[in-house]
Amino acid sequence: MRSIFVAAAMALAGTAQAAQPGELLAGYESAARRENPAFSGVSSTRGEQFFNARHGNEWSCASCHGASGVAQGKHAKTGKTIAPLSPTANPERFADAAKTEKWFRRNCNDVLGRACTSTEKGDVLAYLLRGGK
Amino acid sequence: MRTLLVAALFAVSLPAAADKPRLPPNPAYKAECGSCHVAFPPKLLPSASWQQLMARLDRHFGSDASLDAKAHEEISRYLAAHAGRHDPPSSAEPRITETRWFIKEHDEVRAARWKDPAVKSPANCIACHARAEQGNYGD
Repeated sequence: MRSIFVAAAMALAGTAQAAQPGELLAGYESAARRENPAFSGVSSTRGEQFFNARHGNEWSCASCHGASGVAQGKHAKTGKTIAPLSPTANPERFADAAKTEKWFRRNCNDVLGRACTSTEKGDVLAYLLRGGK
Repeated sequence: MRTLLVAALFAVSLPAAADKPRLPPNPAYKAECGSCHVAFPPKLLPSASWQQLMARLDRHFGSDASLDAKAHEEISRYLAAHAGRHDPPSSAEPRITETRWFIKEHDEVRAARWKDPAVKSPANCIACHARAEQGNYGD
């Protein structure tokens, strides 16, 4: 409970919440367990499918980030280059909890028309941590 | 001849407004608005148009570009302080590419060039203006 308060206070103060991708992954896992009692761990295989599939809208995650997130991506509409999304290729990725959540909020809304579940976020992160392997 | 000279001077001085990076970059603006497209120079739209865009960031040209309250306020202030003064485009979702300034500045660009896959969108400034990210839009 106390850590939630600390996290909330940090978010309110607008402080960058430095984190390791592994910590974020653990956070999504425990949140997924709370959301879904049947949850049995993240799956990079599920994450791979999720990342590369369209979910009723025009774009998949891969439309802008490329199939594995290891190479440079390209915005599907504006053509702007996007730095690699996988932390194995770009240490700035998934290194800040607030920034990570902000982009999940925006991009899940674009790709799925809803927020992603913690399971989906954890699966995707597990896939990206595979670094294209 | 003289009119030609005047016209030439005009042509040089007008784009110069967008040529030199005179504006101190705003980190929040660059981070939040410069990820999916170039962080366009604020002077390319008037304040009323920026307000229209900032009011609908959850549906920003079909994408969710929503901001937290703090970033929203900071960026709104930055845009208002450095907005242009020309007439706003009339559409509900104003585009820089609809302004008379943009159309006039780009009238020499042939239609085929816009359709080049490397350009993709007229919002992709950097395809032709290599230093657009640094605020330099020289030809």
